[in-house]
Amino acid sequence: MKTPNQMGWLFVLPVVALVAFNALIPMMTVVNYSVQETFGNNIFLWEGLGWFEKLLHSERFHAALGRQFLFTAIILAIEVPLGVIIALAMPRKGFWVPVCLVTMALPMLIPWNVVGAMWNIFTLPDIGLLGYLMNSVLGVPYDMTQDPVAAWMTIIVMDVWHWTSLVVLLAYAGLVSIPDAYYQAARIDGASPWSVFRYIQLPKMKTVLTIAILLRFMDSFNIYTEPFVLTGGGPGNSTTLLSIDLVKIALGQFDLGPAAAMSLIYFAITLLVSWLFYTLMTKDDSK
Amino acid sequence: MKKRSLIPILYVLFLMLPIYWLVAMSFKTTNEILAGFSLFPQTWTFDNYITIFTDPTWYWGYINSIIYVSMNTVISVTVALPAAYAFSRFSFLGDKQLFFWLLTNRMAPAAVFALPFFQLYSAVGLFDTYLAVALAHCLFNIPLAVWILEGFMGGVPKELDETAFVDGYSFPRFFVRVFLPSIKAGVGVTAFFCFMFSWVELLLAKTLTAVAAKPIAATMTKTASSAGYELGLLAAAGTLTIIPGAIVIWFVRNHIAKGFALGRV
Repeated sequence: MKTPNQMGWLFVLPVVALVAFNALIPMMTVVNYSVQETFGNNIFLWEGLGWFEKLLHSERFHAALGRQFLFTAIILAIEVPLGVIIALAMPRKGFWVPVCLVTMALPMLIPWNVVGAMWNIFTLPDIGLLGYLMNSVLGVPYDMTQDPVAAWMTIIVMDVWHWTSLVVLLAYAGLVSIPDAYYQAARIDGASPWSVFRYIQLPKMKTVLTIAILLRFMDSFNIYTEPFVLTGGGPGNSTTLLSIDLVKIALGQFDLGPAAAMSLIYFAITLLVSWLFYTLMTKDDSK
Repeated sequence: MKKRSLIPILYVLFLMLPIYWLVAMSFKTTNEILAGFSLFPQTWTFDNYITIFTDPTWYWGYINSIIYVSMNTVISVTVALPAAYAFSRFSFLGDKQLFFWLLTNRMAPAAVFALPFFQLYSAVGLFDTYLAVALAHCLFNIPLAVWILEGFMGGVPKELDETAFVDGYSFPRFFVRVFLPSIKAGVGVTAFFCFMFSWVELLLAKTLTAVAAKPIAATMTKTASSAGYELGLLAAAGTLTIIPGAIVIWFVRNHIAKGFALGRV
């Protein structure tokens, strides 16, 4: 058990001070904007909750939010099972383990705009490897600047490329923590591979998989740079996810009020879903 | 057994393909790139790399990025250590709420903060300094660092603390001499993660800098737009941004899996 000790506050004070400086002041700025109407020359007018009402009824917001949820759902549905499958197939010891881990982690260490630029180069229809293969070798017309379906496929494949390794590494960490004795017992009992997975491996991976889903949810829901560099939200508005739309409104049109209101709703949704995951997780921890 | 290892091999191949394409393109001349498709560079050229290493606006981009990333890593790990210790050892008023509040900052979309951050750091006179970016990245790196370190510290039995205090260690001496060495791997992994997330984040880094502390990514964006899309140069610059990550990950390769699990396995 932990010792009750109010000195704990002294230990966390520097962290609280630094994070509060970065979080509370900008957050208050956003709250401020969200209830006002901006004109040039720093003129602000009280707007009340008007922006929130307009936003919640705006089709543009609904569309962006819908695309965002669709994107996150597809990402989770692909990356989590795929990551578990790859982790199960990975070697447990030997020379190849560090090689696998390092090469798999590599995409996550590339700056996000480079990821976008790299996939842009990779998918150019005439001179990119993927674009050339699809168009000239396989004969499948593929141009993500024209075709919304191709654009969606590309941002999804890009995200799978970029982040599946996170799930792999987490699931793998869970798998290597299972003592050999468990597998031996299963062999003696004549358990099938499926029941080994269902009753030994899956329960052991539960905590790490919850972390994986939580992290993948937060990051895919907040994704901005990679799809922005890759497709710029197009063609049309087809890949304009929530963050991209937000930046368009805030910096493109300089509509600070609506953008701020949108930020707060956006943040509230992320918070709510993450809180659900977090409660699930800490429930496991306390056991 | 052999059929099983096909899955990781195929996956690694899939991961390497776009990287190969980037690297291959960085060794091609602009003419060759625009002339059409070629799987390997026909005429190898190092011009793109020479441009980057001789032009100060290019190589200073790298130096700037490395400076603010290192500053952020040091700040984040230093302040996160005592906090993680408190979260893992003590219960105090509001500890659970505080921990969750810290995590919420890892969830905030960076796009939300771009403009307010610009105003805040301009107001305190830090705009376009390394410190501004290093401090701004604390927003998401400190919560992460606390989270990972708390996981690793939770794995150290409390008896270690108690024995040390009975042996007459003062708290600071215990913390530095006994406790830190026992979570060495955790500290290394945490530093790696701070480096990684600060290195890959560019929206805030770009917003908070103009000239003096401009990250490499901003230089790349400028090239893409002003010099009529010099793909070879862009590819070379992109290739060079992969190298620091590849170097730091090699140091923590044995602890990386546990690190990604936030020390909780």
